[in-house]
Amino acid sequence: MIDMNMKVLIVDDFATMRKIIRGIMKKLGFANIEEADDGSTALPKLKSDNFDFVISDWNMPTMNGLEFLKAIRSDDDLKGLPFLMVTAEAKKENIVEAVKSGANNYIVKPFTEEILQKKLEDIFK
Amino acid sequence: MDVKFINPFITATLNVLKTMAATEAKVGKLYLKSGKKSTGDVTGLIGLAGSGKKGSFAVSFKESCIKKIVSNMLGEEVAELNGDVLDAVGELTNMISGGARATLAELGIDFDMAIPTIISGTGHELAHITDYPIVVVPFKTEAGEFFVEACLK
Repeated sequence: MIDMNMKVLIVDDFATMRKIIRGIMKKLGFANIEEADDGSTALPKLKSDNFDFVISDWNMPTMNGLEFLKAIRSDDDLKGLPFLMVTAEAKKENIVEAVKSGANNYIVKPFTEEILQKKLEDIFK
Repeated sequence: MDVKFINPFITATLNVLKTMAATEAKVGKLYLKSGKKSTGDVTGLIGLAGSGKKGSFAVSFKESCIKKIVSNMLGEEVAELNGDVLDAVGELTNMISGGARATLAELGIDFDMAIPTIISGTGHELAHITDYPIVVVPFKTEAGEFFVEACLK
């Protein structure tokens, strides 16, 4: 059962994509959403506040999504945080690398609302 | 440039626009570009490097076309070429590049990740990475034209 009040952090260097993901999440019933534009700005947010779920891009300029994920998984307070990678990086080796580094699931852009919903259900079943 | 290198960009472009912007596009006849001036009013440009090759890819939109695409993506009317549009062009370029790179990797050409540059203004110039011939693929949508440019050494 997914907690619709869970606090979600959306991380992407493109505001357009953050807006699209936020719109889909709101439509699915999630209202407690914040945003960050890079892994480097997202990590302090995670450390200072209680988030329940992270949706992150990979290709970001300062701290990319893979570095961000590894930082989360190596932090005692954050390591259990569910993490969904949503990225244009579609090569099989990228997907394998993300999952090996601890991503709970992976979406390749472009994607539909249905795909995002299915991935959420798979993570939180 | 071998056509097998341009096809992944065409396929990725059609897929991204259909999925993210509910936009159908028709592919026109390829041609070689002359000069540096852009084909559209706002362009996303991204470098390609890897497997001993280098080049660049650009997607350049006419104003009417990109305003409609972004309106569809965001679910709200976009009336001018503003910051939202420029940002969206960056994300579109990013997604098309990612899709094409995955297909090219299966053909043995492994390009690294890169971050796109966005350039705007009618008649702006594009600095592709090499001085090799630039292939242009024109597309038509209900709201206007856009162009994909690819250059690969």
